[in-house]
Amino acid sequence: MTRSILPILTVVAAIFVLWYGAAVWLNAAWAHDKAGRAGVELSFGELVADTWSQDKPKLPAPHQVAVELWDTTVEKKITSKRSLIYHSWVTLSATLLGFALGTVLGVGLAIGIVYNRVMDMSVMPWVIASQTIPILAIAPMIIVVLNAVGISGLLPKAIISMYLSFFPVVVGMVKGLRSPGVMQLDQMKTWNASASQTFWKLRLPSSMPYLFTSMKVAMAASLVGAIVGELPTGAVAGLGARLLAGSYYGQTIQIWSALLMAAALAAVMVALIGAIQRVTLKRMGMA
Amino acid sequence: MGWIVAGFAAWAVGWWANALLARLPKSRATGLAVPVIFGLTVIVMWECFVRGLDVSSVILPPPSAIAARFAASTGILWEDFVQTVVKGALTGYVLGCGAAVLMAIAVDRFPFLQRGLLPVGNFVAALPIIGMAPILVMWFGFDWQSKAAVVVVMVFFPMLVNTVQGLQSSDRMQRDLMRTYASSYWQTLFKLRLPAAMPFIFNGLKIATTLALIGAIVAEFFGSPVRGMGFRISTSVGQLALDLVWAEIVVAAIVGSAFYGGVALLEKAVTFWHPSQRGRA
Repeated sequence: MTRSILPILTVVAAIFVLWYGAAVWLNAAWAHDKAGRAGVELSFGELVADTWSQDKPKLPAPHQVAVELWDTTVEKKITSKRSLIYHSWVTLSATLLGFALGTVLGVGLAIGIVYNRVMDMSVMPWVIASQTIPILAIAPMIIVVLNAVGISGLLPKAIISMYLSFFPVVVGMVKGLRSPGVMQLDQMKTWNASASQTFWKLRLPSSMPYLFTSMKVAMAASLVGAIVGELPTGAVAGLGARLLAGSYYGQTIQIWSALLMAAALAAVMVALIGAIQRVTLKRMGMA
Repeated sequence: MGWIVAGFAAWAVGWWANALLARLPKSRATGLAVPVIFGLTVIVMWECFVRGLDVSSVILPPPSAIAARFAASTGILWEDFVQTVVKGALTGYVLGCGAAVLMAIAVDRFPFLQRGLLPVGNFVAALPIIGMAPILVMWFGFDWQSKAAVVVVMVFFPMLVNTVQGLQSSDRMQRDLMRTYASSYWQTLFKLRLPAAMPFIFNGLKIATTLALIGAIVAEFFGSPVRGMGFRISTSVGQLALDLVWAEIVVAAIVGSAFYGGVALLEKAVTFWHPSQRGRA
């Protein structure tokens, strides 16, 4: 791990250099335009300074986004509608609810598929087919329809998150529940273990590594679902709403700060699952 | 009431038929018939319950209405298909996957870059990249170019990570053998390492098919000309023309499955030597 820190830092530094460079390149047109109207000639230094500090740049420089992030998280009260923490919480709660529903549904389906031959043959192909469908496309419809029935707020978004997150869990858990070898299953048989004992003492424990791996994928998918689910609600609250409002009013800095916040959320949640995975597997003696 | 009874009857018949088929020895025919019967059962039940419970077509139209709408508006659907899938998704898919493979080959020559780029790439691949859509729409305009750009960004990192991993998958012995043949870097690349990487590359290509369609459709929610699947879905939802929305979803489903199936078939032809393919023959 330590020997890859230097390369990672190099790559990250390269990304920042590219970002600043691209900001100059993309915003130069507007800077020249402004200078032309004011009738002044820009030196290179002035050009760079201007491109890095515009109000509505095509590409905001990293420090502008950082300032915006600082302003909207630390300087604002959490209850304020301008606080990014408030919007993040709206998105995160939908994400977590959808993730929980999706994990439960996924594990349930996986158990059914592993234990019931009819389900294995009839449901499994459809589970796979359901993911080749660009399901996010129906996100607006789910929101509007559920609204018409009288369900609004958290649940519709969570349902979209659930749909996106159950798939990796089903596939991972089916693999995991089937991972015990013939030898181990035979061993359970020689101990006269019942079906439920085999499940609780052999199949479920040995599926844990698979469960955690697929939960990480599911969490990332769930966040995407929640963000897209916020788009058609008319930009009320949440990170998706910040993205949409930003794109309506050309507030690029706001879009980038919402984007980075979403990235940070995803990273933190995945890291959290990773930590739980390490602790659990260690206590189970598997890591 | 009759419709609801019919719905339960359809479920019972479908399940019974599948239970019967599942007990037969496993073959290609039963493997295909069981999911088909399951799907048909679901559609028949949907139809029966929507009619029996008098669900408003604003909430959930019955499959027959969707089919009728589909048949009546093939012109619109085709126009949207060309705009979103052919221009947006396919262009972006080819550009993004191509760029990622080239980049992976370049990165592969420098272990330093590889150690740095892989973790960063893995991290970026897990991010909600779809959020880039409004920014790219702002940069590239409302037409298909911005949708292709979103698709490029979405497929790039999963593809890069998979290809870099694939290029490392040939083992020492095989590479040493190429050395004893005095083969050059490029010969080793084309004759050993790229073929060995194919299972990984196709894994990435398969993941990218779904991402490409999602990217192209969602990007249209942030602004598009007056055609395209995402545009049609979001405006028809506003007009409560849900049968048209469902018709678009049927198109998306067919395209998505066909796209994935096409890549899977290609994979079968290219990686016929791989254990996961040999077993199934």
